[in-house]
Amino acid sequence: MSYLADVGTLARKDLLLELRSRDTVPAMLLFVVSTLVVFNFALPAGASDEAAYGLLWAALVFTAILGLTRAFAAEREQRVLDGLVLAPADRSAIWLGKAIAVVAFLALAEVVALPAFALFFEPVGWELVAAVALASVGLAVVGTLLAAMAAASRARELLLPLLFLPLVIPIVVGGVGASIADDPGRYLGFLALYDLIFAILSWASFEYVVTE
Amino acid sequence: MISARALGRSFGAKRVLRDLDLELGEHELLLVTGPNGSGKSTLLALCAGLLAPTQGELEVAVDRGRIGYLAHEPLVYRELTALENLDLYGRLYRVPERRERIGMLLERYGLWESRRERVATFSRGMQQRLALCRTLLHEPDLLLLDEPFAGLDEPGAALLDAELEALAGERTLVLATHDPERVVPLATERLALA
Repeated sequence: MSYLADVGTLARKDLLLELRSRDTVPAMLLFVVSTLVVFNFALPAGASDEAAYGLLWAALVFTAILGLTRAFAAEREQRVLDGLVLAPADRSAIWLGKAIAVVAFLALAEVVALPAFALFFEPVGWELVAAVALASVGLAVVGTLLAAMAAASRARELLLPLLFLPLVIPIVVGGVGASIADDPGRYLGFLALYDLIFAILSWASFEYVVTE
Repeated sequence: MISARALGRSFGAKRVLRDLDLELGEHELLLVTGPNGSGKSTLLALCAGLLAPTQGELEVAVDRGRIGYLAHEPLVYRELTALENLDLYGRLYRVPERRERIGMLLERYGLWESRRERVATFSRGMQQRLALCRTLLHEPDLLLLDEPFAGLDEPGAALLDAELEALAGERTLVLATHDPERVVPLATERLALA
């Protein structure tokens, strides 16, 4: 129970920090809507539905990168991560608390992105909403781990996308598949499996990322 | 409580600490002095477990949750208030009677009136006072204090003098400073890094 209490404390702290600073979520909202507007003009008339769904997933992945580059900014500025790492709490609680906050930020961006997508491109079905929800978890669990790794580097803005994009290709495959396939269940299952595997890997490896 | 043999630490090609032998017992106060770049902060970060030695051995016989670490930076969130920062650490360190302990420290260090202000609005001295509150919050057995007088005005420094006097002999302290005169009477061990 104390582990969950620590996770709750850390996630609440991240949400409060964003509420105060408003550094990340407004930028993510603006970015995802701007990207969809640009794609709306970039996609030729008569282009297939598949192309539109592909662009939506590209927009969501890049929006996630935008949020993740700021994920450990507050900890980096004043070396607060050292303070958190020294606390007797399990260090994976730092990762899980942060990942929950990232999921919340992504959910806000998606609440805006999906109606915008419906407006510009295609109607939004339950399978797309389910795929986006599952993908958000995957993007957050992998992205938070990589953001912590990148935060320790001087070239963090370059490093994060370089590490993140190859690892989230399965999410894009699963997301696009669930959006357009006749049987989306298979792809949704694939996304859930991805979330589970990478959540376990990230949970287990976070300690090694934040300590020498 | 702390035992080091041939301890060394390098950052790339730069060797900051080399061949350091050290024994520090419980309830002793080690005063670490030396010029900039001599490895004082590195030694404290090694003792805290934030850095790993690149040479030799280091044993610190205390759980990480019983260490109080005061760094150059206050290790608090600028967008949170003093109260929110201490509450966060108090929860993570499972401090018993957290609210009372936080209130007592904030009052002792003259931050009670500013408790609901964001740290970003604090002066350097106020941030250092808050950092001291954070370090002492969980009543640690081992205190690692890196330049604890930095940024403090005379009343703040006098408060810290009194705190150190009360802690000396009851806790184990490692204190790195450029201003050793204030601490010399309390020190049981001295280490001059070159």
